[in-house]
Amino acid sequence: MPNQSDAVSPTPGASAHKLPTRAGVGLKPEHFQEILATQPDIGFFEVHAENYMVPGGPFHHYLTRIRESYPLSMHGVGLSIGADAPLDTRHLNALAALLNRYQPQSFSEHLAWSTHGDTFFNDLLPLPYNTATLRRVCNHIDQAQSHLGWRMLLENPATYVEFAASTWDEGAFLTEVVRRTGCGLLLDLNNVHVGSVNHQHDAHAAIRAMPLAHVGEIHLAGFAAQTDGNGDVLLIDSHGAPVTQVVWDLYDYTLGLTGDKPTLLERDNNIPDWQVLLAEANLAQQHMRLSRLCKPSPDAIFKASSQVKRPASEVAA
Amino acid sequence: MNSQSAFAAALLTPELPCPSGLKTWNGSDPAVRFAVYRNNVTVSLVDALAANFPVLQALVGEAFFRAMAKAFVQANPPRHRIMAFYGLGFADFVATFAPAGSVPYLGDVARLEMARVQAYHAADVAPLEPQALQAALVDPETLMSLQLVLHPSVMVIESAFAIFSLWAAHQGVLSLASVDPDVAQTALVYRHALNVDTMELAGSVGQFISALNASQTLVDAAGLASHDPAFDLTQALALLIRLQLITHLTYITTGDLQHEHTH
Repeated sequence: MPNQSDAVSPTPGASAHKLPTRAGVGLKPEHFQEILATQPDIGFFEVHAENYMVPGGPFHHYLTRIRESYPLSMHGVGLSIGADAPLDTRHLNALAALLNRYQPQSFSEHLAWSTHGDTFFNDLLPLPYNTATLRRVCNHIDQAQSHLGWRMLLENPATYVEFAASTWDEGAFLTEVVRRTGCGLLLDLNNVHVGSVNHQHDAHAAIRAMPLAHVGEIHLAGFAAQTDGNGDVLLIDSHGAPVTQVVWDLYDYTLGLTGDKPTLLERDNNIPDWQVLLAEANLAQQHMRLSRLCKPSPDAIFKASSQVKRPASEVAA
Repeated sequence: MNSQSAFAAALLTPELPCPSGLKTWNGSDPAVRFAVYRNNVTVSLVDALAANFPVLQALVGEAFFRAMAKAFVQANPPRHRIMAFYGLGFADFVATFAPAGSVPYLGDVARLEMARVQAYHAADVAPLEPQALQAALVDPETLMSLQLVLHPSVMVIESAFAIFSLWAAHQGVLSLASVDPDVAQTALVYRHALNVDTMELAGSVGQFISALNASQTLVDAAGLASHDPAFDLTQALALLIRLQLITHLTYITTGDLQHEHTH
């Protein structure tokens, strides 16, 4: 199969690959056979790249067949872009092999780290937002995009702590990353909500502070709740529950600013029957249809972004 | 100076304090929030083990399994980023895990389960046409140097315990109460098309297949297994053909170089 990235220079801004502006669902092995048998009407599927870094067997068998009928989003969870260490070249090579094999419409990764030394933590860990981490993250994204020949979308994380060493807020940090690297934004609205509760800031302002003109995909998911040391609510990005009304509201708000975007329903734990996930994706599709009927003013993004004051790069910690 | 070093170290070592430099909006103890990361890391890795070792978990119970898995996770966090194969060292850990000392077969059951995971994800290789093997077997010129290359999913687990029966008892095939664990058994794990299968082998047939997997010639592998008077090479080959486990034929040359005769 020809590698499209060989045919064009690996310009991060080039968008030869594009997900349809529809709702999609995370692909789970539990649902492989039903999806193939029923061929549901759905916009796309998303897979975690690392789950398919295996030599052969059923995972590749089913993904190959599903890919024949559906657009695909390749979502990495192990590149460790935020790590205070060089990117792992073997991992980049494994990603390149997967991207070449499956020719997905989108490749995305996280603003987080998951490795240290030779240990992999299998979790998305937070980093401070400051000039040093900005430079490191941008270098890693530049390296990944040029190694892979693929423009990536970068996902905003769900966080449980903030850092004294942060001098940027998340939206400003991501805006600058996008500006410097040409990557796009994977806007996870559940993560925005989780962060707004966990750090007590305004979710709508946090959304407006994001580089909304560069949103390539939206993630929706459910969360779990516990309490912190003071007994205040602490939300956990569990991917184990249906999308809540408050996140649907943020979705409507975001669609009003960005217009319709490819939207993924994420469910990685307590995975329900396929029909339940399909119904949730259809609900997202209805939200998109309604947002079109509501007709946001065409310059909504411009207005929204002009309301955002460019944060001083050195906010008192 | 490296804040990620402190963060990383504290993730898997509960005795270490919460890393410094963390903030909370309400001035609450950051350690409580850091514990979310600690918990996420540990639980996700314990869950990865639980997914790979369901029979082991059923044998010892969920609470014991998770405590044992947590001890493994803290001592042996993943060194690579592909969770499918996390737990390759778990069988050895389980076999020497002192609190499980009274159940000596756990390590071998874990080996069987890990072999099934590896077989599930093993490379896809088409089986050899049976005629090709037939032709090779009747050629006296090359028979002595003939090697059978088996499907990459094939693995043999030899045990002093009844690992096949213990495993089968958790597949609804036979009742656990009827299993005498102190009977030595050999299990064959392989994938046919998309399905991983497990079957019991005579010990000598297991040694024969293991020897083939270790790149011994057919003749040497058969010689190794023939210490067992019941070993029947024809039947052993018929089994490999019936299960479609032979994928290639190679020949050891006099210079010990191999060249491949593909199907």
